[in-house]
Amino acid sequence: MKPGGLSGTPSHTAYHPRWYRERVSTYWWLWKWRYLKFVLRELSSVPVAYFVTLTLVQVHALSDGPQAYADFQRWMTHPVFLTLNAISFLFVLFHTVTWFNLAPRAIVVRLRGKRVPEFLIAGSNYAAWLVISAAVAWLILRS
Amino acid sequence: MAETIKLEVTRYAPERHQAPTSQSFEVPYRKDWVVLDALNYIKDNLDGSLSYRWSCRMGICGSCGMMVNGEPKLTCATFLSKYAPGPVRVEPLRYFPVVRDLIIEMTDFMAKLRSVKPWIIREEEKPLSEGEYLQTPEQLDTYKQFSMCINCMLCYAACPVYGLDPLFSGPAAIALAQRYNLDSRDQGAEERMGILSQHAGIWGCTFVGECTRVCPKHVDPAGAIQQYKLTAAKEWFKSLLMPWGAK
Repeated sequence: MKPGGLSGTPSHTAYHPRWYRERVSTYWWLWKWRYLKFVLRELSSVPVAYFVTLTLVQVHALSDGPQAYADFQRWMTHPVFLTLNAISFLFVLFHTVTWFNLAPRAIVVRLRGKRVPEFLIAGSNYAAWLVISAAVAWLILRS
Repeated sequence: MAETIKLEVTRYAPERHQAPTSQSFEVPYRKDWVVLDALNYIKDNLDGSLSYRWSCRMGICGSCGMMVNGEPKLTCATFLSKYAPGPVRVEPLRYFPVVRDLIIEMTDFMAKLRSVKPWIIREEEKPLSEGEYLQTPEQLDTYKQFSMCINCMLCYAACPVYGLDPLFSGPAAIALAQRYNLDSRDQGAEERMGILSQHAGIWGCTFVGECTRVCPKHVDPAGAIQQYKLTAAKEWFKSLLMPWGAK
């Protein structure tokens, strides 16, 4: 007998009844909103990768001169890109917020023997996000 | 007539059943009754053949973990009133093989727990004459949370990674390994690293976080695993930068 093995048809053997083991459904993550949220968080890495690629394409277009960059900007106004970017942005936002909220679980900082409270760890992440976003916005919008 | 509540309890007798089925019982509804009280009522008054584990009735022994309405719960700490007017679905802990009715097979967990060496490892023991290994309150505080684990396995029943990959060491075992890694008296961190820093160890975890949510003792196994991931990554970088400085 294989302990813990998958057995579709359990049956009784003398002195050692076979255990019943349920198979995990492929759609286990649809059962509960919390599991679905987890899967969405994992999937959000795809839009993150998409935005990284898009930024690289943008930089490439910039290095190819004004005409190439104007073309790039024109593509970005296409409804397909507008929709794709809007959805991706929401996913990236979701990714960022869930990531920052989970950060205090992984990062333990001790000051004078006491653990720094979780909201301060998460808060410092949000603060850094705000400062860096503001700096980038200033860099782009100053002209 | 006294108020009652319906319990839908999983029944499985391997000598008779091909697969588990559900059986309904009407039990008295009392505000001060927990799910375990209802199961004891069934066993004492309605069907003595119902099998389930329990012992202390006070959230310490970790025996009475079951799925209550699809959530892993200690049945001794889960009040019927939370589910009124019912029905209350009671099933064996998810992802474990079922032996009979509500009893699961836990050998896998026990083997995993043992594999991470959850005990104090010393390179060399101090002679008895030198007395105890002393610890400051701060040193105790670093691992105390993880030492509250009662091995109830609710975190395994909440972890889809364990369900999908039975090789995964799992939340409680890793949290308990971390409990000893953080203990100032312990010197076994390196020994445990080899076991924990594998795919089936910490890297199998995708941080679903459900283990922490269902833990009745607020152990935070998900936190323990992520913290250990940081430690393992730091150790790896260190060994990469200073291969000669290996401990």
